[in-house]
Amino acid sequence: MAVSQMIGASIKRREDPRLVTGTGSYVDDIPQTAVVHMHVVRSTEAHARILSIETGRAREADGVLAVFTGKDLKSEFNAPLPVTVCFVPDKKYPNHYPIAVDKVLYAGEPVAIVLATSRAAAEDAGERIDIRYESLSPVLDIEKAIEKDAPVLHEEIGSNLSFDVKFASGDIEAAFREADVKIKQRLIQQRLIPVAVEGRGVLADYKPFTNKLTVYTSTQIPHFVKVWLAVILGISESNVRVVAPEVGGGFGSKIRVYPEEILTALASRRIGRPVKWIEDRNENVKATHHGRSQIWDVEIAAKKDGTLLGIRPTQWLDLGAYCSQFGTFQVLGVLVAQGAYKMKAFDGRSVGVFTNRTPTDAYRGAGRPEATYLIERVMDLIARETGLDPVEVRRKNFVRAEDQPFTTLLGLTYDSGDYTITLDKALEMVDYKGFRKEQAEKRKQGKYLGIGLATYIEICGLGPAAATQAATGVSLWGMSVVNLHFTGKATVIIGSSPHGQGHETTYAQVASDVLGIPVEDIDVVHGDTAIGPMGMNTYGSRSTALDGNAVHLSAMKVQEKAKKIAAHLLEAAEADVVYENGKAFVKGTPSKSITIQEIAMAAFQTNRIPKGMEGGLEATTFFDPSNFVWPFGAHIAVVEVDADTGATKILRYVAVDDCGTRINPMVVDGQLHGGIAQGIGQALFEEAVYDEAGQLRSGSLTDYLIPAAPDVPSFELAATVTPSPVNPLGTKGIGEAGTIASSVTVINAIVDALAPFGVKDVIMPATPDKIWHLMHRNGGSNR
Amino acid sequence: MRRRVAVTINGAKYEHEVEPRLLLVHYIRELAGLTGTHVGCDTSNCGACTVDVNGHSVKSCTMFAVQADGAEIMTIEGLAKGTTLHPIQQAFWDEHGLQCGFCTPGMIMAAKQLLERNPNPTEREIRLGLEGNLCRCTGYHNIVKAIQAAAKVMAPGAEAKTPASVS
Amino acid sequence: MIPAAFDYVAPRTLPEAVAELVQRGQEAKVLAGGHSLIPLMKLRLSTPSFLVDIGRINNLNYIREEDGHIAIGALTTHHDIQLSELIRRKLPLLSSAASQIGDPQVRNRGTIGGAAAHADPFGDFPTCLLALEADFIIAGPREERTIPARDFFVDTFTSALEPNEILREIRLVTPPEGSKGTYLKFSRRSQDWAIVAVAAQVSLSGHEVKNVAIGLTGMGSTPLRARAVEQALRGKAGHDDEIRAAAEKAAEGTNPQQDLNGSPD
Ligand SMILES: Cc1cc2nc3c(=O)[nH]c(=O)nc-3n(C[C@H](O)[C@H](O)[C@H](O)COP(=O)(O)OP(=O)(O)OC[C@H]3O[C@@H](n4cnc5c(N)ncnc54)[C@H](O)[C@@H]3O)c2cc1C
Ligand code: FES
Ligand code: FES
Repeated sequence: MAVSQMIGASIKRREDPRLVTGTGSYVDDIPQTAVVHMHVVRSTEAHARILSIETGRAREADGVLAVFTGKDLKSEFNAPLPVTVCFVPDKKYPNHYPIAVDKVLYAGEPVAIVLATSRAAAEDAGERIDIRYESLSPVLDIEKAIEKDAPVLHEEIGSNLSFDVKFASGDIEAAFREADVKIKQRLIQQRLIPVAVEGRGVLADYKPFTNKLTVYTSTQIPHFVKVWLAVILGISESNVRVVAPEVGGGFGSKIRVYPEEILTALASRRIGRPVKWIEDRNENVKATHHGRSQIWDVEIAAKKDGTLLGIRPTQWLDLGAYCSQFGTFQVLGVLVAQGAYKMKAFDGRSVGVFTNRTPTDAYRGAGRPEATYLIERVMDLIARETGLDPVEVRRKNFVRAEDQPFTTLLGLTYDSGDYTITLDKALEMVDYKGFRKEQAEKRKQGKYLGIGLATYIEICGLGPAAATQAATGVSLWGMSVVNLHFTGKATVIIGSSPHGQGHETTYAQVASDVLGIPVEDIDVVHGDTAIGPMGMNTYGSRSTALDGNAVHLSAMKVQEKAKKIAAHLLEAAEADVVYENGKAFVKGTPSKSITIQEIAMAAFQTNRIPKGMEGGLEATTFFDPSNFVWPFGAHIAVVEVDADTGATKILRYVAVDDCGTRINPMVVDGQLHGGIAQGIGQALFEEAVYDEAGQLRSGSLTDYLIPAAPDVPSFELAATVTPSPVNPLGTKGIGEAGTIASSVTVINAIVDALAPFGVKDVIMPATPDKIWHLMHRNGGSNR
Repeated sequence: MRRRVAVTINGAKYEHEVEPRLLLVHYIRELAGLTGTHVGCDTSNCGACTVDVNGHSVKSCTMFAVQADGAEIMTIEGLAKGTTLHPIQQAFWDEHGLQCGFCTPGMIMAAKQLLERNPNPTEREIRLGLEGNLCRCTGYHNIVKAIQAAAKVMAPGAEAKTPASVS
Repeated sequence: MIPAAFDYVAPRTLPEAVAELVQRGQEAKVLAGGHSLIPLMKLRLSTPSFLVDIGRINNLNYIREEDGHIAIGALTTHHDIQLSELIRRKLPLLSSAASQIGDPQVRNRGTIGGAAAHADPFGDFPTCLLALEADFIIAGPREERTIPARDFFVDTFTSALEPNEILREIRLVTPPEGSKGTYLKFSRRSQDWAIVAVAAQVSLSGHEVKNVAIGLTGMGSTPLRARAVEQALRGKAGHDDEIRAAAEKAAEGTNPQQDLNGSPD
């Protein structure tokens, strides 16, 4: 192969011209004649029995075509919404159907649908539906949910406890016996609303006489949606086509099969016309799943020289009202809580409970931000307790380069990494020593600067097939088809389903690199189940490590076949043929070459290819790697906390990340920027707040605050490159790393700034109000 | 109780009878068929629906179409000349100022107003000028860079560079 | 998130607009910039069946100085106020507040008349207008009347306007040469509504505080004057310790509420 020209090139994204001109098509932009608008009437109660639903007045309203309740539709569901194993095979969970029938379990749960000729008419009619509820007391507190006398959400389960599982290894009692330093700390992962700027939306068209269903949906998982539409609605899978068009952000919030996807398709089948449902933000904040919502209790055993001996973390996980499809994926937080460090014992536990709130599921990082938050707070707590520098505590406990591949206490094996290299680089960028001097000076002037760091490691890639099947219940791998046309142009079909990650660009780079076909001549197709084999979609920073490598492997197969054809045409032995930059030639005579375009053409003139060879130039790969991939890095934030107002300002944010080979560094950096900002959002601004009645109080973007441009700094990024040994490109994931590292980085910095006030922890979001109280809890006397 | 609304959008004239409650953004998307203007929040917070009305950037989800009767409107679709991108669009492309692209049309329209009012903004001024627009993908880093780059190109006296056309 | 249906007129003159309001009675509402009303209508928290759009009345958008006062037309946008050279020179408190309202798009549409009439206790202009002791000139079915600021803000979302009245102009006494004013707003993000804010207008005579007016945003059901602070500052030279002592009194006579962004402390 020629020296790589495309891998590592920050070429501009091919997605962008259509997006910057407003000519890309998101679900709501798809032209559709005679479309019917669906409005979902949602529960206004958090926990109640439905006594009656009076729809007569709505049916009579202008423009209304039909009104359906759960009772009207329930016989059409052949199966409940899917729930995966995700680390907890023995959990208890209820059957969850797309629409409530007898009982509502969270405010926002669908109770009726209205179909009308316009959205306005559908919403008007929705107001004319009269629902009588018998209110039940809502369960809203994770710990109280499993008290004896708590009201029970799911009678068939008998309590609000879904599971209580242990993940332990090593002698934790011995670790605590050996410890000079024992610390107990409670940490809160507040409930978050993902807020993709495009909400969800579905356009479904069921054709009565052919029984064919086409669904456009704003999703990360078109291939899974296809399967479950077929299963739940009892339609042959071959008659279902699901398309993820332009998707306006996901962050995990579009990773599951949603009630509205089923309801829209079912509505279309019921009335024999295309039906569209577009989620408004009011619904989105309640109907699209939330993230985090966990309490963590940790006990730490360490020595006074900073050596970590063991931890005993318990994760209290709020599943919300049902167990969402990947709801228990968040348990991963316990499984990877060892982080980048060695220890002797680990005694983890995860408890999952039901509450009368929106279900929780994967949200950017899903488990790994929680794990990182835990272990990186642990490092700082040890530093505070022992009086050592947080940097030294980390160095002392790092898994070393020579320990790689390192196996954790829970049996996960890291693929590669020298964690000191990213740390050293980040410290140098921020001038750590210089900062500590400045900090001391400023404190004397009543100015509170703080520095915080996180030296994270994360698991991603989501393949290998066997490991993921065992752990999550879904066998995950990468898929690609590389198909050359008659004129030597290529179509690349991928199993991932991007929504901002730029796969159309980066995967073309991968194919171009192998085949020497210019990027402009390679079309990357995704998100349409009617094209190509099944794929495993996009989440868990898996796409490039899986599907990106699958593209590489398919392109290699195409190259192999091209060489065979070239050898035939050049009348040479295959072993003597060299393929370089889109040309094949006999070793030593590059002047007498034939191009890939000529070879492609020959491939479709079957008389010109070797006997017995199939025509065409196409290859398919299902790529199953030998391990997960483990990106790592060091993030550092410098903050200033205003003593008068408690407001935090992030002065600098430095990040050094190692995600292995960087196919398009510009795109990698972009993923980090967005991820870091999202983690800053959790650290400083975001929280889904419920009142005592179970109503979401932060129910719009006026009250649920996500960072805007003035709230974040410009980021200072650098990279190291440790190629992953488990895939041919050496890539790891980078979609979630920013979020995984940044919230704890910022919190560690704030806690550092507040050290003169004796503050050891700050609960997220670190609002000015909370910080001001921490600073003034002793009348401000320790200032 | 329909009302007649006549507007000019991107130089073309449109006239419709509409319900007074029709929001300008829905007029633009559904009646004029220009779907580049997006709806991201419904509560006037996200700016995805930003368009120009008589030279002022407004959130078209917070204006009734009837209020715009007689107005000159410009949407994201009106910025490029043929396949030649407007310098701000070009800069968003060059600097990777977008990922999913959903916020982008509104962001670009807000940036346009920002640069009209302040052709040479500091980083802080750019960030404040975008405070009405939310992006969940980019962390704003490259959006700021894009606007800085566009400001350079658009500055009076800047070399009349021919922006690359869309290939 | 679609407003309930309503009927709509856009009269060209103030008397026509008043006549429409009189004819429709309680079910009608005035529409100005729409940046408070439309969000409420989309949430169907407000469902007027008739809107009188005053946005096309020609002569309601102005800022001018006339015999010792500055007159601002009700339809003047936050952006126009922020930009006005006259306001910047004579009433910097107002330009300072204007620049901190919402975001650029909101400031392009929102009007000072709407902000006053809406009487949001977290609104920025009402506090300034109270501190500046503005007069509100009101057109209605009867003779034009003038309400002073201290009587204008009645309660949360309630002004002294009758449903058939239209706020036409806001009139402010031009502060004496050398008088200074500014608006300090504290919010979670720069585009947000205030958690608390302070409007201050101070006139010095030599080094001594001669006149001081301080308004508080978000500390009760209406904008408030911090009378105790004003009292404590009057006649002082404005040393740090005096200011601090005065500031201690800021909470006197206020009644802040717990909300998502902050506790009453
Ligand atoms: C995203 C967003 C952020 C905002 N942030 C802030 C902020 O930080 N600070 C702040 O102070 N405000 C803020 N606002 C509100 C904004 O300033 C509004 O524009 C203003 O409060 C109302 O002015 P309007 O012209 O839009 O009034 P409208 O919405 O048209 O009317 C508001 C009310 O006043 C009545 N009314 C309007 N004009 C008159 C009149 N001349 N005579 C009689 N009645 C009248 C209407 O009937 C209605 O009841 C924000 C708004 C939005 C959408
Ligand atoms: S849709 Fe208009 S501001 Fe969000
Ligand atoms: S690019 Fe996705 S929201 Fe901005």
